Amino acid sequence: MPGPDPVGGPDPVEVLDCRGMRCPLPVIRLARRLPELPVGAVLRVLADDPAAAVDIPAWCRMRGQEFVAATGEGPGYDVRRLH
Amino acid sequence: MSASPVHLDAATAAPLHPVARQALLAALDDGWADPGKLYGAGRRARQLLDAAREAAAATLGVRADELSFTPSGTAAAHTAVLGGLAGRRRVGGTLVHSAIEHSAVLHAAEQHVAHGGTAVPVPVDRLGRLDRGAWSAAVGAPGVAFAALIGASHEVGTVQPVAEAAAACAAARVPLYVDAAQLVGRSPVPPGWSVLTASARKWGGPPGVGLLVVRKGTRWVSPWPADEREFGRTPGVVNLPTVVAAAASLRAAAADAVAEAARLAPLVDRIRARVTAEVPDVEVVGDPVDRLPHLVTFSCLYVDGEALLHALDRRGFAVSSGSACTSSTLRPSHVLEAMGVLSHGNVRVSLHRETTSEQVERFLDELPGIVAGLRAEAGVVGL
Repeated sequence: MPGPDPVGGPDPVEVLDCRGMRCPLPVIRLARRLPELPVGAVLRVLADDPAAAVDIPAWCRMRGQEFVAATGEGPGYDVRRLH
Repeated sequence: MSASPVHLDAATAAPLHPVARQALLAALDDGWADPGKLYGAGRRARQLLDAAREAAAATLGVRADELSFTPSGTAAAHTAVLGGLAGRRRVGGTLVHSAIEHSAVLHAAEQHVAHGGTAVPVPVDRLGRLDRGAWSAAVGAPGVAFAALIGASHEVGTVQPVAEAAAACAAARVPLYVDAAQLVGRSPVPPGWSVLTASARKWGGPPGVGLLVVRKGTRWVSPWPADEREFGRTPGVVNLPTVVAAAASLRAAAADAVAEAARLAPLVDRIRARVTAEVPDVEVVGDPVDRLPHLVTFSCLYVDGEALLHALDRRGFAVSSGSACTSSTLRPSHVLEAMGVLSHGNVRVSLHRETTSEQVERFLDELPGIVAGLRAEAGVVGL
């Protein structure tokens, strides 16, 4: 499979609205959806549970996916599928 | 029928040490009077209090008049922080503290900030180790009145570089407060601190007794209204029977500490190894080497922390968690957050003198099935 896109303004191909959900539901939704997207695609997870700010980057590290950035609005968390 | 309950939350409170029970019962007969009064019963109470103070001070290697008994570990931590800031008000209004202090210290810091002061948190790395460079820079900045460092993390067990942090404080002429709640009665406390606190229930003493030590020459002023008891550091008459029990059990726990650490550390190693090998998608957190001998923490991916605690409780295992869903504020543990490690599905296991290897093995035998069951229920198998 091709590698990820080089660094650039990542446009999320999809937004997953997990607002109102508590830990660990936003991470579970992310884990379900990301493998269905093409490699290199960026998924934005909207999650207002404060634990998501810790757990989404931690999930990326454990799963070898790329945590791109947190965005203020939502708040949102952009994740790129690497494999 | 389930097997007998297994308490694996000594970092909150260890079961009462037999020496504590014995001392408590004995002191109920002689320890009810006010130690400040000049009649027979008061003098007997004074003798008990003096003896308890001498014993606790000797165990910690400090002078008796440097040690005060407080109504709890939390009260001791509040008093330590606010008194250290009050004593150096003329120098400045900044408190430096690690990002992983106990909430009692952080709450005192919040009050300080609410009253116009400044608090500077110093980060830790992924293993929960203090950023030494950032600490030195923070305590060396102008206007720092006081610095607070937890001796070892009560949540993840990582031992902090107290001696090195103390050296940086000494160079900057800033007094250092060490929250030694997880060290006292278990491990030696490195030198160099000016103020220290501990909590009796962590070493098998009764609940409701804290220790506050202020070394001679430290500029520290009680933040409370004036009261002559306990050298003016903490107001109110002490609960003498529990103080006597706390001091007696501290001496007993400290005498056994080396042997207990040697017995418990391999059990923690065993937990670290078997949890990693037998529970899929788990992150064991905290420093694997520089750590407390009796405490280990891990997080299970996709598992609800509260559901995990309840499931373990139903099987007779009492543990603690830093997951958001188990806290009254619904926020994840600030310690796990500062480390950047998974906060959901979090379990803290902490051992004590009654913990047996059989209990630990039974916990480890049952844990993978419990986690798998919760994952199956949540439909997250194979994610």
